[in-house]
Amino acid sequence: MKRDEASNSIAIKVAELRRRPHRFQGLASGHRACLGCGEALAARLVMEAAGPDVMIANATGCLEIFTTPWPESAWRVPWMHSLFENAGAIAAGMEAALKAQGKTTKVLSFAGDGGTFDIGFQSLSGMMERGHNVLYVCYDNEAYMNTGIQRSSSTPHAAMTTTSPPGAERMGKRHLKKDIVSIVAAHHIPYAATTSVAFPTDLRKKVRRAMEIEGPTFLQIHSPCPLGWGTEGEESIAVGRLAVETGLFPIIELERGQLTGVLPIREPKPVIDYLKAQGRFRHLFQDHYKAREELEHLQALADHNIATFGLAGQGVDRHDSSGINRVQREGVRSA
Amino acid sequence: MPQALEGSQALAYAVALCRPQVVSAYPITPQTHIVENISKLVADGKFQCEFVSVESEFSAASVAFGAVMAGSRAYTASASQGILLMAEVLYNIAGTRVPLVMTCANRAVSAPLSIWNDQQDSMAVRDAGWIQLYCADNQEAVDTTIQAYLISERCELPVMVCVDGFTLTHTLEPLEIPSQEQVDGFLPPYHFARTLDPARPISSGTLVSPDHFSEARHSHHQALLKAAAEIIAADDAWAALSGRHYGGLLQQEGPEDATIGVLTMGSIFGTLAEAREEGNHAVRLIRLRAFRPFPVDALQAAAAGLKKLVVLERALSPGGGGILGSEVRAALSELEQPPAIYSYAVGLGGRDVPLSLLGAVLERIEERPGERFAIFDVEVEKLPHEDR
Repeated sequence: MKRDEASNSIAIKVAELRRRPHRFQGLASGHRACLGCGEALAARLVMEAAGPDVMIANATGCLEIFTTPWPESAWRVPWMHSLFENAGAIAAGMEAALKAQGKTTKVLSFAGDGGTFDIGFQSLSGMMERGHNVLYVCYDNEAYMNTGIQRSSSTPHAAMTTTSPPGAERMGKRHLKKDIVSIVAAHHIPYAATTSVAFPTDLRKKVRRAMEIEGPTFLQIHSPCPLGWGTEGEESIAVGRLAVETGLFPIIELERGQLTGVLPIREPKPVIDYLKAQGRFRHLFQDHYKAREELEHLQALADHNIATFGLAGQGVDRHDSSGINRVQREGVRSA
Repeated sequence: MPQALEGSQALAYAVALCRPQVVSAYPITPQTHIVENISKLVADGKFQCEFVSVESEFSAASVAFGAVMAGSRAYTASASQGILLMAEVLYNIAGTRVPLVMTCANRAVSAPLSIWNDQQDSMAVRDAGWIQLYCADNQEAVDTTIQAYLISERCELPVMVCVDGFTLTHTLEPLEIPSQEQVDGFLPPYHFARTLDPARPISSGTLVSPDHFSEARHSHHQALLKAAAEIIAADDAWAALSGRHYGGLLQQEGPEDATIGVLTMGSIFGTLAEAREEGNHAVRLIRLRAFRPFPVDALQAAAAGLKKLVVLERALSPGGGGILGSEVRAALSELEQPPAIYSYAVGLGGRDVPLSLLGAVLERIEERPGERFAIFDVEVEKLPHEDR
């Protein structure tokens, strides 16, 4: 940038304008995540948007393990891990202390779906009910991946895990994926949203929005796990997109319990496109009436999501052929 | 000037005088009055702190832990089932070597359900890595709470102050509450060296490989052993300020030349001391104030010359026997002429500990020489024959 004093004007090279601003890297490279780990990428994106003035309470899980093998750490922000089921409570304690000290550092809580949907659910609920100023991020890879792919209450219906294996009597997990974001939103917190690592712009935007809100906020990030889902590392983003484009993982925003935004799907893809891309649903493609039933069931679940959350593309974004990367505000919700 | 105060109310005053910035707790009998009194002090504007009313004891300990890591002095309290529910966090707090003070209002552990006093709860977490101090009366509970913060912050170790439920927490006594100036002079503002701070980011609670785990445990064990000197120093320093002294690691009274000793922890001591005077029994009474670190050297010195030592404790390890009894037996086995140890569990689940206990115990060891362990006051006729 040059300033011309005579004409009182400035000249900027086009290349300078095109240069992207430096993004804060709170999670450095060199950690020990698997190739194509959705959780690692999601955490990196969260940190880019959250910035350095944060403090993190991390639940036990892959993220904790692969970032901090003592004496190494990939974190460039103050970070602690206590236990599996208390990330919400540790964060609440940090926030209470910072409040008492008159500090404005934002507290983040990171946990997987096991630490959020299941074992840590109580401390998460308590933290939200008491209104702590904490952004709770759930990295949802839909099973207990750290212990070797066991089913959680986030595991999708019919998915194979080591504790929901298919066999003569079973077609994978028998139960439905818990609708955690609605349960969280029912605490009437200012902001609860879902997003996917396959949509980085949406993810960062939601983190920035949550960071600005004083009070408990919640973000559920769909994070493909190549090892647990039976995909190649380079397919994580493609598979993550399919989860959204089929309607199986709806991307929504809820403010004070009300649905206020969705990522619309212009042309919903059939769920089999998503299922056949992953080893965990392989058993659904055998020639068996139970397999066919489950495929129909999963398609019905996706259709239900599209109807319930109003995901069908309409209105303002008609010219956006893929319908992707836009959050449509002011959606309605009937469920 | 002494005030007539309930133990719990006095403890709330003591906590407030230590100026923790975050207090988190979940109600459980007989701890409830402590946190109720703290809540009232906060509501009345007499105690500036963030009081976090959590949804479980698990979160009570976790919130306090998070608060310390974010740079605040913190406090929590619990009892019985609550101590067991937070047990995983208690281990985690101690292993992370953070300073924290909590009160355990000692109560029996279910089943069968009992809300009354014994010390099974704090005994169940004796290996968690906390300093454990047991109080004989409410004045000591007040003074020990204040000392505990100093010890905790000097050692970077958490301290559990054990106070017998109901017997102390719900009893009114004339008590001296120290002034704020006294406590401020004793307990300076504190900065935890490993505070999480965006200006100097650190990672805490990381995964440790087998190459370093033993070393972590070694340093934790050493820190607890070294804490013995800090416990003594804090008691001495507080005595200089307040005129009240509790013997540091242990307290003893009775004749120097006694050959029979009775050792205990907590409020039983007062009962035994009165019984000894009333009955003019020639016994030496020993009270362990510190159970962790276990004061082996002080105990060996206190037991010197004894032929028989009776250990009375409000807990047991079913299928094993006395917990305190076993540890005392092990520590004194190193003496050239160790006393014969008689280990008894007494006062379980709130069973009354009468003044007559001392005489009864002394008779029992005459009648049954070599008795290894028994629950002392079992009325077997209440049991079916097969359970006697």
